[in-house]
This record gives sequence, C-alpha cells and structure tokens, in this order.
Amino acid sequence: MEDLIYRLFPYAIAFTIPLLITSLGGLFSERSGVINIGLEGLMLMGMFVGAYTISQTEMHYPGTAVWIGLLAAMVFGAIFALLHAFACVTLNANQVISGIAINMIASAITVYLARFLTGSGNVQIIRGLSRYTIPYLSEIPVLGRLFFTQTYATTWFVLFILAASTFLLYKTRFGLRLRACGEHPHAADSAGVNVYLMRYAAVCISGACAGLGGATFIVTLSGEFNGTAAGLGFLALAALIFGQWKPWGILGATFFFGFASTIANVSQVVPELSQVPGIYLKTFPYVITLIALVLSSKSSQAPKAIGEPYDKGKR
Amino acid sequence: MKTRVRVKKDFTMSLFAVLLGMLAGALLMLVTGSNPIENFYYLFRGGLMNIERIGNTLATATPLIFAGLSVAFAFKTGLFNIGGAGQMLIGGLCATAIGLTFSWPKPILLTVIVLASLFGGALWGALPGVLKARFNVHEVVSTIMMNWIAYWSVFYIVPQYFKGPFLETESQRIPEAASLKIPWLTSLFSGSYINLGIFLAVVCVVIISIILERTTLGYELKAVGYNRDAASAAGINVNRNIVLSMAIAGALAGLGGATFYVGFASNMQIGVLPSQGFDGIAVALLGANSPWGALAAAIFFGLLHTGKGFMSAMTVTPPEISDTIIATIIYFAATSVLIERNWNRIKQYSPVALYKKVRPGGVDSTAGGEQ
Repeated sequence: MEDLIYRLFPYAIAFTIPLLITSLGGLFSERSGVINIGLEGLMLMGMFVGAYTISQTEMHYPGTAVWIGLLAAMVFGAIFALLHAFACVTLNANQVISGIAINMIASAITVYLARFLTGSGNVQIIRGLSRYTIPYLSEIPVLGRLFFTQTYATTWFVLFILAASTFLLYKTRFGLRLRACGEHPHAADSAGVNVYLMRYAAVCISGACAGLGGATFIVTLSGEFNGTAAGLGFLALAALIFGQWKPWGILGATFFFGFASTIANVSQVVPELSQVPGIYLKTFPYVITLIALVLSSKSSQAPKAIGEPYDKGKR
Repeated sequence: MKTRVRVKKDFTMSLFAVLLGMLAGALLMLVTGSNPIENFYYLFRGGLMNIERIGNTLATATPLIFAGLSVAFAFKTGLFNIGGAGQMLIGGLCATAIGLTFSWPKPILLTVIVLASLFGGALWGALPGVLKARFNVHEVVSTIMMNWIAYWSVFYIVPQYFKGPFLETESQRIPEAASLKIPWLTSLFSGSYINLGIFLAVVCVVIISIILERTTLGYELKAVGYNRDAASAAGINVNRNIVLSMAIAGALAGLGGATFYVGFASNMQIGVLPSQGFDGIAVALLGANSPWGALAAAIFFGLLHTGKGFMSAMTVTPPEISDTIIATIIYFAATSVLIERNWNRIKQYSPVALYKKVRPGGVDSTAGGEQ
C-alpha cells in the first residue's frame, strides 16, 4: 500500500499541474468579474499550439523546443482569450454564451487546422519533457520520495506561478484593483480604476494560464494533440468553485481531484486497484462540487459582481 | 403590430449572425487556400442534392430540434440549461438499456423507450432545478457538473453492462425492433437515417408552443422568467416553476438523446459528450427562443452538418468548417446585443427608413409608432 502511494504520487502530481494552472487562470478571470466557461477551449487551444509548435521545432532545437511550445501556447491562449474579453467587456455580451462559443470555436478550429496542417486530426510530438529527481531534497524521508522524485520542471514552474499570483492578487495594487472589479466595479471605477482594462488583463492572463495548462498536459502526460481536452477544463472549473475562488483553495481542490482521477485512470493496469469502481472516482469531483455549492449557498465566496457586464451609467 | 416588429427584428438579428458566421467560415477557407464559393456550393449540395441527403439532413436536425427546444424553453423561465449534453446522454442510455434488455413488439418497445428517455432526461434536468430553487445554486454551474457526471456514468456503465462484441468503447447494436428507424420511412427517403424522431420533434414543437402561448403554466413560467419577484408577489410559486421548467427542458433533451442514439445511430459511443447539447444553444439563440424558430435553425444546422462530408470529399477543406461556422454563429449571436442596442440607429439607415425620411412629413409619425 505504502509502495503504491509512492508509485502513484508522481502521476497524481503530473495530472494536478495542468488542472492547477488552468484553474488559476479561471481565478484571475472570475475574480475580475468575468465568468470563464471557456477554460476547456482555451486549454485545447494551448494543447494544439503547443503540440504543433513543438512538432515543428524539435528537429532544429531538440532541447528548447518544449519550452518554445509552452511559451507559444501561453501567447496564443492569451490572444484567443481576447475574443472572450472583447465579447464580455466591450460588447457586454452574455458571459456564459461567449464562453460556450469559445469552447466550440476552439474544438472546431483546432481540428480544422490540425487536418489542414498535418493531414490528420492529430499532432504528435516526439519527445516530451523528461522527469528528474532533485538531488538532496529527494533524500528527505517520506516527503522527498513523494514530492521530489520523478518530477517535471513544469511542476515547479507552475507552483512558482501560483505563489507569484497569490502575491500579485493579495499584496499588490494591481491585485487589489482586479479583485475590486469583481466585487464592486462601480466603487473601483469611482476610485479611478479602469474596470474595462482590468477585466481585459484578467481574461488574457486566464487565457495564458489555460494555454500553458493545455501545453503542459501535452508535454508531460499525453504527448499528442487529439482534438479534445477531455473535460480537463471543466474539471479545472469545478476545482475553482470547490476551492472557493482562492489560490490555496484551488491548490487543494486540484490535488484532490487530480489524485482521484489518477487512481481511476491507473486502476486498469495496477492489480491492487482493479477493484476500484472508476465511476465513483470519476464522478466524485463533480458530485462533491455540487455538494459544496449546496453547503456554501448561504455564504458563497463567489465574487459579488461575477457575470455582470460593467455598465458605467448603471447605479 | 408590436409582436410583428419583434419577430422581424429577431429574424434580422439571426440573419446577421448567420451571415457573419458564414463570412468567418469563408475567411478561414480563404486563409487555408480554398475557394469559399465552391466550398459553400458543395456544402449545401451535400445536404440537399437528393432525397436521401434531405432525409439525412432532417435526421441530423432531429436531435438538434430537441436540444434547441430544451434550451429555448428554459430560457423562457430565465434559466440557462447548458446541461443538454448530459440530459441527452442519460436519455440515450435509458433508451439503449431498454432496447437491449427487452424484446417486446416494436410499438410497445418504442413507446417504453420514448417514455424512459423522457423521464431520464427530466430527472437529470430537474435536479439542477431543485438545487436552484432550494439552495440557489446557479443552474449553469450545476448543469455543467451534471454533464460530466453523465459522461463518466455512461463511460463506465456501457462497457460493464452493454459492451459491444468488438470494441470496448461502444455498446452493442440495438435490435431492429428498438430502433426509431422504420422501413417505409427509410425506403421513402431511399435509405437515409431519417426516423420517427422527426415527427416526434415536430409534435414537441407544437406542444411546447401551445404550452408557452396558450396555457396558464406557460404564462407562469414566462412570468417567472421576466421578473421573479413580481411573479412571486403575484402569487406564482416561483420554486415550483423553476423545477418544472428544468424538468421539461431535461425531458426534451432526453428525447433528443433517444432520437440520436436509437434513431440516427444504433449504438452508444463512450467518451463523447454529444455536441448537439451545445449546438442546441446556438439553435435556441438563432431561433430567438421560439419553438418554431428553433425548428428552422435546427434544420439549417442539420444541413451544415450533413453537407460537410460531401464538401470535404469534393474539396480539400476539412469537414470541421461546419462546426467552425456554427461556433462562430453562437459567438455573433452572443454579441448581437451590440446590434440590438444600435437597432434603432441601424434602422434609420435602412432603405425603407431613408425613403420615409425623404417623404415630406413622414419621419415623425412613423418613427414614433414602431418603438
């Protein structure tokens, strides 16, 4: 049993990281007052751009191709998110419908482009990111084996982004303003904050994060773009809600969900887990999020102005 | 007079969204180096060129009609049902399970299948309704969660109980008696996928428009949609109407699931959330949330989906162009608020308005009357 946990842990962490960064992206957008149901689509865009960039560059720059791919995924994720920002912030469109449109546009256009560029709907990369064990730290009893062996560089990169984002959101002027736009945009506006600009920035950050999440999934776990994000973006959305729109909350939630999904994913190949009913493990994140919503219905932590287009003239 | 202006305006908006969507599709074709006019010609020809293709267009449109009706109905009560995909899956699962388990005569079996999918979908829709009414959980979030609960339930239930003979990822084929396809209809459309679902869909369009326009229930549902507090003050049981609206919306999507999984197709694939659930949102938006509008919009999307295979066979354009066009239409329908807000300004420049303006003394009397 103990050995099993040691073996599962690296996979669970690898599964958690794309969820975490995507969820963090959703956090930025929703804390600024813009609902982002398009996380799945933004992630898919990141998967496609990441996989395609890597497949094109890895011949020439074998070592750095992965990082070029991750960067490209972030950039294109942010650009693609502009579409959502434009609809929600400038045009005051319904944020849910715009998010759904983002998902549908992403799943149609990525496969369209994949077919056009490669002939098939799939984009494969030859080499993903390699795992490595951190010297010294991995020798710490228990924790070392759990957290510092067989890790990916992206894991530490994403955790760094999480820490930096927490600092950005809670300790800087930018973060305070961003959160104010999600709680009471009119008050923020009268204090001299440009609500439109803040929301644009937040939605773009969420696109970059979700794009990074998608590309991270490609370079660590899957190794190919196959036209679907398989609900990872929605799982990240569930984690955002279950984590009550707080950075450390979503860290806990994504790890919780990531671990459950990992057990369900590997239960076919690990004999000790063959009796695990996958249906409960896979539906568990969604069921528990619903339960959390019911329990927190009296004291929801959701941003107050979420989903409301900002209208300067309204009182 | 007022309603006619509204209908005309809705129609113009929908036309705008469609044109912009097709324009975006044409741009994408141009960027990827193919000829849009040729592509659109093959796209429409592929959906309409013979009786079989027309049958397929209608068969593809059938689940879309249901999904669109479902979204439109919930919208009328001010609820946003984006759980159509999950409700379709559950409806389809109920239909498939009954079709594979019982070997009754076809009329009885089909009746039970339709009822089962209706109740399965209704249950899946009612739960978010209850959560909304009782605990104020937003239905958008809860229906998303219900979609994925349905997805993973089907993912594990189908291989465990109804595993197909060859593949782990699909169910057994349903027997002929459990299929909504019937021989005379199939041969009438020379072997197309068309099935009884299309009649069921038209019947539902009629029923839903009667419920909304002619019954107390419809009046109450719409009242809740317009202003919850006012409805409550007028003695309408808001919570009951929310649950009921979601249950009916779920039932419609569930029926759509039956027409897709035991009508259009003959087995269930796992690991796929039916795209019709989300296309239904586009159908409802384009149909301006009216049942007949949804019917028309669904047939248009059915045409796009049926024609795409032929188009991609005749040209080098990948078939996903249709999905791109539909997705872009949703985007433009979502942003149509912009057009709506400037509706009166746009109207000033329409040929009719300009004519009225030049006509001496015409401007004030007409402009005031239509607003």
